[in-house]
Amino acid sequence: MTKITTENLHLHYGENHALRGINMLIRPNKITALIGPSGCGKSTYLKTLNRMNDTVPGVAITGSVLLDGEDIYGSTVDVTKLRKKVGMVFQSPNPFPMSIYDNVAYGLKIHGIKKRLLMDEIVERSLRGAAIWDEVKDRLKTPALALSGGQQQRLCIARTLAVSPEVILMDEPTSALDPISTMKIEELMSELAKQYTVVIVTHNMQQAARISDYTAFFLLGEMIEYDETQQIFASPKDPRTENYITGRFG
Amino acid sequence: MSNSITGKRKRPGDILLYGVIGLFTAAVFAMTVYFVVYIFSKGLRGLSLAFLTTAPNPIIGTLGILPSIINTAYIILLTLVFAVPIGVGGAVYINEYAKSRKLIRVIEFTTETLSGIPSIIFGVFGNVFFCVFLNLKVSLLSGALTLTIMVLPTIIRTAQEALKAVPVSYREGAAGLGASKWTMIRTILLPNASGGIITAVVLSVGRIVGESAALLLVAGGSAMYLPRGSFFQQIQSSGSTLAVELYRYAYSRGENEVGFAIAALLLIIVIGLNLAVKLIGKRINRGAK
Amino acid sequence: MQNSIARAGKSKAPLEKIMNVLFLVCGLAAVVSVVLISLYMVLSGAPAIAKIGPLQFLAGQIWNPEAKEFGILPLILSSVTATGLAVVVAVPAALCVAVFLTQIAGKRLASALLFLVELLAGIPSVVYGLLGAILIVPLVFQAQTALGLPMSGSLLSASIVLVIMILPTIISVSVSSIHAVPRQYNDVSLALGSSKMQSIVRAVIPAAKSGIVSGIVLGVGRAIGETMAVMMVAGNAPIMPEFLKPARLLTVGISMEWAYSSGIHREALFGIGLVLFAFIMVINVLLSTILKKGGARK
Repeated sequence: MTKITTENLHLHYGENHALRGINMLIRPNKITALIGPSGCGKSTYLKTLNRMNDTVPGVAITGSVLLDGEDIYGSTVDVTKLRKKVGMVFQSPNPFPMSIYDNVAYGLKIHGIKKRLLMDEIVERSLRGAAIWDEVKDRLKTPALALSGGQQQRLCIARTLAVSPEVILMDEPTSALDPISTMKIEELMSELAKQYTVVIVTHNMQQAARISDYTAFFLLGEMIEYDETQQIFASPKDPRTENYITGRFG
Repeated sequence: MSNSITGKRKRPGDILLYGVIGLFTAAVFAMTVYFVVYIFSKGLRGLSLAFLTTAPNPIIGTLGILPSIINTAYIILLTLVFAVPIGVGGAVYINEYAKSRKLIRVIEFTTETLSGIPSIIFGVFGNVFFCVFLNLKVSLLSGALTLTIMVLPTIIRTAQEALKAVPVSYREGAAGLGASKWTMIRTILLPNASGGIITAVVLSVGRIVGESAALLLVAGGSAMYLPRGSFFQQIQSSGSTLAVELYRYAYSRGENEVGFAIAALLLIIVIGLNLAVKLIGKRINRGAK
Repeated sequence: MQNSIARAGKSKAPLEKIMNVLFLVCGLAAVVSVVLISLYMVLSGAPAIAKIGPLQFLAGQIWNPEAKEFGILPLILSSVTATGLAVVVAVPAALCVAVFLTQIAGKRLASALLFLVELLAGIPSVVYGLLGAILIVPLVFQAQTALGLPMSGSLLSASIVLVIMILPTIISVSVSSIHAVPRQYNDVSLALGSSKMQSIVRAVIPAAKSGIVSGIVLGVGRAIGETMAVMMVAGNAPIMPEFLKPARLLTVGISMEWAYSSGIHREALFGIGLVLFAFIMVINVLLSTILKKGGARK
């Protein structure tokens, strides 16, 4: 069973050949971690999954990415619908300068949900889903920017959950956070995998080993190895993967 | 001892330069303050309630500037109604839509050019194009349309700066939630740039209030009567603004008292607008922190 | 399929397309305006110049509409002289003020004084005209009486008013370009044992040069385009420029006679407009070249 199928995906930024023929099956309701040294293409690959690379000038993409069997680069695709279905959490928390409530309700409003009661319900469910409800339930109307970094990141996860995605992409979601906040988000991710398909880019191999079900190792725009996390970390097949995991380079 | 590091004497050349700089600076600012004090001392007493709230009455021989105050208000209102959407829209286009570097450069160059064209040229152009070619006559409407072009560079530039200051992460956040481009602009970009847009409006009002040469040619040079008829009839009739009225009294008729009264009023408005820009700037800075 | 990511309609959301076009139209507003203005200035000015004869128009010394004589050399020379004098006086003064504001004054004082500079920039030209007529013209009267000349508005009065009006432009552009000079220039110079003033003169100002020059060019543009203030103090007789005699500048040439001109007379005014426009376009191109060069060096 697969949620996302990537076939022979190439991506060029002008002269730069950033992704070189990626083939990958991402399984539903699992956490898939993408690891590799900086500039290896893991973040670029993640962004092709909800077409966040589209706006970069000079970008050219070939190959296909199928989401539930539909080609997301097909000519009839509505990118806004795609991004609603494939949500994204960014490297540094980026709440809007609005209240906590309005941040979570933002996605609902732009997708046409106006009923107050329904909105209240979804906001609460999303904040609970992101394990931040207890911390903010008494101050939903206060500015989101007053929260701590870790809280802001969980708020951004709640904001993503509110539009009921099926896939959640996370681009190094804890790299800007302290260890305690990181732990909270890691716990949350395992919880999320029960309902959602999670793809996470991380620099932190321990994190990948702790939380993910599958791991893919990227190097210089190629996907070198992709397997169950336990397998990859216990007995990698490719020497380059082994070198990276054992810290011999990168 | 020539090699010692003690001794506080300054080089004589330095002292001379400090003196010159101090002198010029003192002269410029003393002059500015003197102007302000002079205008207020000569003009404030002329600003009676009757002067501000009546039309001139040649029969009983009283003066009043209410008509030109109303004309000024009309022109400000109309100009902003035209110029703010176009200017902000232009800034959004440059910042968010335009892909060709060349087109952006052309737009920015023409915007610069517009801000360098003197008002009398705008007056000539406005007269030929709006008054004659579009047959709008010498009217408040022609005045507002001409001023729209004149304030466009200010609005575009100020709005562009405000848009640039909105973090990319906000745009990404909105796009990541499935917001379309226009939705993102409407819900995230414009609300976050509102401080800059208000600054643009205030700066434009300053330019409109102070404008005279262009308006003399396109909107008319007198304000004897209160505007009559419907709104549309009113904006299609000619009339002078406060600044043009000042010129008419002080230069054409040699009534300097009235001139200084209007000058004092204009100065109050200008000081108010400058303070407003400062205050908005402070609020934006505080918001950013 | 309810959950499909395919579009509901056939093409991209229509609202998105409409907004895209609307923003493009707004973006092109400035371009269209400049094209229209250039077009109209040429279309209305060139025929007049052709009819009068380019040489008679540009080099003619007599402006007498009743006699159908339309020579604007006195206007051109008066504009150039008044602007030149104003710039020569204003630039050193403005530079001194800019140096004081950026290098000598404390933060508080500098921001208070900058507010005054902005105020000076915001005062409408008619107010300057009024101040000039009341405060400056009478001063020049004394010089005129001393030399046995008739008392009148003069080129000198116009120049003085222009000095005051272009000061804030040059000051604020210079201030921001001095602010843009990296701190290390100053630090390096100080570390080499220069005094503070030497650093300012030798390191900071040269580094801010292109910004300061663009401020000066902006000032020139402002001076040559100024109309109302000049009209109120210059006496406005279309004679060859002499400092203590009345003078009519190009801008005033248009505004003074606009209301009662018609026929070839009105066309001649369009011709003056075109000449003025040409001056301004040269200044604009000059300005953008300076800015580009300055930008390239960074």
